[in-house]
Amino acid sequence: MNYLIRRLVTFPLVMFGVSVLVFVAIRLVPGDSITAMLGTEAGLLTPEQRQSLAVYFGLDQGWFSQYWRWLSGVFSGNLGISVTYGKPVLDVILERFPLTLELAVLAMVIALGIGLPLGVFAATRNEKRSDLAVRIFAMIGQSTPSFVIGLLIIFALSAGFGILPAMGQFVPFLEDPLGNLSQLILPAMTLGLSFTASVTRISRSAVLDVLGDDYVRTARAKGAPKARVIWRHALPNALIPVVTLSGVEFGYLLGGAVLVEQIFALPGLGRLVLDAILQRDYALVQGSVLFVALNFMIVNLLVDLTYVMLDPRIRLGGRA
Amino acid sequence: MSKLLSVSGLKVGFGRGDALRPVVHGVDFDLAAGETLAIVGESGSGKSVTALSINRLVDYGGGRILDGRMDFLTAGGAVINLATASDRRMEKIRGGEIGMIFQEPMTSLNPVLTIGEQISEAFRLQRGLTGQAARAATLEALERVRIADAARRLGYYPHQLSGGMLQRVMIAMALATNPRLLIADEPTTALDVSVQAQIMALLAELRRETGTGLIFITHDMGLVAGIADRVMVMKEGQVVEQGPLDRILDHPDHPYTQHLLKAVPHFSGGRHVRRDHRRASAGETTPTLKVEGMTVRFPATAGLLRRSIGAIHAVESVDFDVMPGETLAIVGESGSGKSTTARALLGLVKPSRGTFSVLDERPANRRKPVQMVFQNPYASLNPRLDVESLLAEPVLASGERVDAAVRARMAALLERVGLPANSIRRYAHEFSGGQRQRLCIARALMVNPAVLVLDEAVSALDVSVQAKVLDLLIDLQNEMKLAYLFVSHDMAVVERIAHRVAVLYAGRIVEIGAAQAVLSSPQHAYTRRLIAAVPTMERRREIFELDTATIPTLLRPPGYEPPQDHWRVCGEDHQVRIEGDPYKDQNHVADARR
Repeated sequence: MNYLIRRLVTFPLVMFGVSVLVFVAIRLVPGDSITAMLGTEAGLLTPEQRQSLAVYFGLDQGWFSQYWRWLSGVFSGNLGISVTYGKPVLDVILERFPLTLELAVLAMVIALGIGLPLGVFAATRNEKRSDLAVRIFAMIGQSTPSFVIGLLIIFALSAGFGILPAMGQFVPFLEDPLGNLSQLILPAMTLGLSFTASVTRISRSAVLDVLGDDYVRTARAKGAPKARVIWRHALPNALIPVVTLSGVEFGYLLGGAVLVEQIFALPGLGRLVLDAILQRDYALVQGSVLFVALNFMIVNLLVDLTYVMLDPRIRLGGRA
Repeated sequence: MSKLLSVSGLKVGFGRGDALRPVVHGVDFDLAAGETLAIVGESGSGKSVTALSINRLVDYGGGRILDGRMDFLTAGGAVINLATASDRRMEKIRGGEIGMIFQEPMTSLNPVLTIGEQISEAFRLQRGLTGQAARAATLEALERVRIADAARRLGYYPHQLSGGMLQRVMIAMALATNPRLLIADEPTTALDVSVQAQIMALLAELRRETGTGLIFITHDMGLVAGIADRVMVMKEGQVVEQGPLDRILDHPDHPYTQHLLKAVPHFSGGRHVRRDHRRASAGETTPTLKVEGMTVRFPATAGLLRRSIGAIHAVESVDFDVMPGETLAIVGESGSGKSTTARALLGLVKPSRGTFSVLDERPANRRKPVQMVFQNPYASLNPRLDVESLLAEPVLASGERVDAAVRARMAALLERVGLPANSIRRYAHEFSGGQRQRLCIARALMVNPAVLVLDEAVSALDVSVQAKVLDLLIDLQNEMKLAYLFVSHDMAVVERIAHRVAVLYAGRIVEIGAAQAVLSSPQHAYTRRLIAAVPTMERRREIFELDTATIPTLLRPPGYEPPQDHWRVCGEDHQVRIEGDPYKDQNHVADARR
């Protein structure tokens, strides 16, 4: 347990670092939010009007006091008001987040559901033709950019079967599960393909590594059948790199997938952050980056928890 | 007695097609039920491949049985040819009828499963036992290998147990279903000598109880003498000789067997120690290496805040000196602090207390008077450096330049340690294990040291290579008047090279003195136990006794100071520590009564 507690201690430190970094970074980008918000009309503002807008949004104060105000708000759950949307930042983020979360979960389910068995299979067929086929698939899946895959999927379905991806207003899963899935299955596949490819590759090499270990030989000497040797003895020892990779990929997906959201016209976190940066919507950028960082850390914590469950040496500490 | 296993014309190879490399070229032998056959040979002799072929595990290591029969009498009375049996049939035979124990207990158990799960799996697979029945059977299996507190140990993971314990777990697992044949592939090579004795005792006892046939693979002739009924000697994939134990040991026919028996170090209770050095009395010569009160403690912490809970007293006020041209062997089990002592002399760990001084009377600029040769010549040479760079390394490290004189020295040393002159441009992987260790010795000698620390320097080498490297070390010592500190757990090797022996137990020297005296009449109870555990050629088919004493913890509370030393002198150069626990010195008690 010490291991996990030590991880938890670093949580606030990292969050503080992220908040300072994003706060400074967005302000170092040339341009200001009032000009970005009003576009060409900004030129019509008198200096007095501009000043009063700046006062209204709190932009007239020094960076330090702006940061302090923002940070004290964060502690009470107030991430500020989005200049673009005219709503609390947290509300804007939470509107977008379910879609991103669902997309990430679906992509991971696809990746683990297909990639893991495929990798294990390839490992047991080492250097045979089927192994080669899996490796080629993995190589292609990993090296093709997601927008190419997305466009190919849309093209294939619409040209071959006359099916178009269900676009339009996003339907939450709880309101209409089927409609929701029909909207998300294609983007999830698009995201899932390269994820699947990475999982395949890493689980193949991890299982291959482990199959040469002494305890696998011991299991065989006991008379364990092939399937049992792989699933009971080899795989649990090979899962740690797979979990590490999946955690990192899942964490990235929780930050939104700009290209895929764009192609399938989905209102996810990725496009939100992009727009916020383009609009110099300081509060929204800060809030969403902080939110994404928090997600990443939670995912990391879950990964650590999984390690603890998988490996008694981590759970119980080394030899006393 | 009926034949349990009859192997004829067994040929095994690795690789396929053009890359096929035969490794075993036609092996024949028979094994009767309840009989023990020892297969002896050096690495590359094909002994392990032969063993792995019997239960066909060789299939999974890239090997293939090319030819021959292996007729095995199953429990049902049927005879089955293992060489051609189907995979499905083999799954039933492995574990069910043929059990196997491996060399490395530490890596041979699955780290993520409890030992209970791993043992009960054998019952599940072969007997179909589940739940309470499997648990009861597992408990009984653990008790059979004399693991105390078995019910609690069931829930332990492998990393929570010592090597000796794990090897017992392996044995419990292999014997779970009362196999008719047990294959033990170097089962004690990775273990300390006293643990080895326990495992051998256990094997012998279980064999008596169950009447299992045993194939015992080893390179150690002493172990063979202790357990085997018959011996088969292998070399380069061929059987050179086989026969009853006494005939092979006493009247070997084949030159290779004779060579193995003669060249390989055997322990003979101090009768064959070196006599090429007379230890000067205190006033005459100053010691090259003088160690006084050397103490190494590692802080121990616990809890979230890493609160100090004391210290591991790895080495506790150790004193000794080594004269020029003299070898002091430090012997002890793992955890005794012998390697830590060696490392402290090189500055690889910082002594908490105590001093050591190196005195060199020879005139030369010597900035690195202590050099070390490590255990594993495969791992201690950088694979990306050629020999010239390897040899230049210590010279550069001592702040000198590589000039013509240094190059001349390289060539001379390579020749001296018996490596070909064209070695200088080659890389470590192009040499055999013995050659690599010669290279390590040459590297250590580059800066003309006064003291050479040899940490298990021949342990990783094949037995007949060991003897040659030991001879080289002895010659070099006599030529250069080097002082050797020879750290080893192998008593046979120690007997060959040591002038004096220091026995380390739980971080302290318990006995020190002339090798002949210490090895032939050990005084401390621990030394006696250690020496009694060494297998010898004289003790044939002995009844090993189980001894389950464990090394006491070295973790001491903060501020702990060990009690004052008391020594008893029992010879011109022989001292033994007097202490209360845990190994009471009975002689001392007897002395006091007198």
